[in-house]
Amino acid sequence: MAGTGTAHLRAPDETLLRVEDLVVEFKAGRSGLRVHAVSNISLDVKEGETLGLVGESGCGKSTTGKAIMQLPPPTAGQVMFQGRDLTHLSGEELRRTRTAMKMIFQDPISSLNPRRKVEDIIGEGLRVWKVGSKDEQAAKVDEMMLAVGLDPALQRGRRPHQFSGGQCQRISIARAVVTDPKLIICDEPVSALDVSVQAQILNLLEDMKTRYGLTLMFIAHDLAVVKNVSDRVIVMYLGKICEVGSPDVIYERPAHPYTRVLLDAIPVPDPSIRPETRAKVIGEIPSPVAPPSGCRFRTRCPKAQAKCADEEPKIAEVQPGQFVACHFPLAPGETLPTRNGSGPVAG
Amino acid sequence: MIRRKRPAAPGTERFADAPLDGSLLEIEDVKTQFQTERGLVHAVDGVSFSLERGKTIGIVGESGCGKSVLSRSIMGLLPSNVVRHGSIRFEGHEIGSATGNQMRPYWGTQMAMVFQDPMTSLNPVMRIGNQITESLRVHFDVTKEYAEETALSLLTSVGIPEAERRLREYPHQLSGGMRQRVMIAIALACGPKLLFADEPTTALDVTVQAQILDLLKQQQQERYMAMVLVTHDLGVVAGRTDDIAVMYAGRIVERAPTRSLFEQTRHPYTEALLKSIPKLAMPSHSRLDAIAGRPPDLVKVPPGCKFAARCPYAQPKCLTDEPPLIDPDVPGHSYRCFFPVGSQAGADALGRNLAAGETATGLPVRKEGEAVLTGVAV
Repeated sequence: MAGTGTAHLRAPDETLLRVEDLVVEFKAGRSGLRVHAVSNISLDVKEGETLGLVGESGCGKSTTGKAIMQLPPPTAGQVMFQGRDLTHLSGEELRRTRTAMKMIFQDPISSLNPRRKVEDIIGEGLRVWKVGSKDEQAAKVDEMMLAVGLDPALQRGRRPHQFSGGQCQRISIARAVVTDPKLIICDEPVSALDVSVQAQILNLLEDMKTRYGLTLMFIAHDLAVVKNVSDRVIVMYLGKICEVGSPDVIYERPAHPYTRVLLDAIPVPDPSIRPETRAKVIGEIPSPVAPPSGCRFRTRCPKAQAKCADEEPKIAEVQPGQFVACHFPLAPGETLPTRNGSGPVAG
Repeated sequence: MIRRKRPAAPGTERFADAPLDGSLLEIEDVKTQFQTERGLVHAVDGVSFSLERGKTIGIVGESGCGKSVLSRSIMGLLPSNVVRHGSIRFEGHEIGSATGNQMRPYWGTQMAMVFQDPMTSLNPVMRIGNQITESLRVHFDVTKEYAEETALSLLTSVGIPEAERRLREYPHQLSGGMRQRVMIAIALACGPKLLFADEPTTALDVTVQAQILDLLKQQQQERYMAMVLVTHDLGVVAGRTDDIAVMYAGRIVERAPTRSLFEQTRHPYTEALLKSIPKLAMPSHSRLDAIAGRPPDLVKVPPGCKFAARCPYAQPKCLTDEPPLIDPDVPGHSYRCFFPVGSQAGADALGRNLAAGETATGLPVRKEGEAVLTGVAV
């Protein structure tokens, strides 16, 4: 899992965003220790594509998204966006480039300013960049509200607390799209929502992507949600990449044991599938302050061997379009030994 | 070894010789309302069911459908602005209108609850060990040593490694999954007969969620406990419950044995909930069958069927008459619907609505491939 390498990257001229050897580290208090949040990740996104980033809490997926936005800038690595390296840009230049990149956050209610009216929240980008006249700005805000399924005449003067979680997420989407960005990084946009509302928001994101020609990076912990929206999926674990490929291929024959575990952990609404019979891992994700040597997944991996502790696997292509960082990738159809998931937790 | 410490509340001596089979919990026409500035909120509106010893029931629905209020109503954990109606019988004894003091002998020893957020439900300034032994020492006349031994064996049984060291730690030193294991150990400490798990895994990662659900199931079987599993995710209850009750606007709209609910879904709301879950088997970029709109305002509940405004099957009758909860086809599989899914009446109703392009409530419907799309946004 502890995969590094760039075998999965495509030609630079095909991609809108290209991240190479991204490293993000934080100081852990005053202890002198460092949190290795993201360690040597490389990824790229083609124009018009949706890249899904999936993994458990603490795997570094949100940190990756924020590091791309330079919030804060990464410790090391390169972030090429539209041919420019964002890590070398300073103040004003970075600010101008950021208009083409937007973020949508997990908690829709706390990411909106409670004191402001919806029309001001959505239109702020237009006012800051002085796009068009006041009337044109108002018309654009109305258009965005309609596009995300809100009624401008009725709701433009309301404040966030008067909306439900799903509607607040619609406002966030309108706010992100209004300045006509190229790339939107969606950080767990539906994990705080009910399943019924989740479906509405996922459909809306697809519609907005088609209508406004967007490129999306979709960060989530639910593989089923990521599969639904993505053209390409990256599975992450503890700051490293495990597997890269098209969602249909990864679902059909996952090559990394961790991908298999994630797939089997999804609760399926089908009573004939007994949860006891599905692949499980023991324990929880180790601390990123002192990640395991070699492959970072080895402490929980049912297939781990001595080699996994000594040597970090490199990302390699197992079949066209599917890349995996594992010394002992799963053969198509191979299942993992089932373990009692309620047994003692390691470490 | 274990003696009851406080004098038993009137009637509690029965716990010793209660029968081992039959209904543990019977609730009938339970209504829970809250007085607010906006008016009376009808959070739970006429719910009845019974639960046998050792069985598990899942309660499923969207946020605000009353599923958490229902479990808190049974436990008697409600704020002071509540208005309660109906009957709740636990082992044959009426607790529907019991006060907090009258409920004390039940909490912990007879029924216990595992809450959603393990961080805010644990006391941050109290060691894990003391939080587990607290209820033991309150309810039973046990020595300190005995309580500590019990806490140790409980922590081990819920899968916490190095349990002895963990007993002396504080909640912030544990991860989310570990905290939820501690919550479960606390709930199990006095050997309750009924365990409520209120969204026990919603705050956890998907891999940890599977571990915690397995743990709950294993403990429930080993201890022959009855369990009420409250969740918004039909996937969570599918493999882990005997029965499922689907709630909407404070009512049960469909109740059936788990297998029957999934295989012969009758209520359009249950069908809609199932359809809105993204499934791994679907190719990517499939359009999801979202449920249009939102649940009704529980202060001004509309007449007729409460789901009519969002239902692709809705007919004029649904707007005026509320369907009763009955089981006309299969005994034990009851639902509230005039035009159930999988029936001729349902198919005809949907056909009429598709032909008209909208339902009786004016909700646009159209067919796209196999999917029936409702209330499609612009």
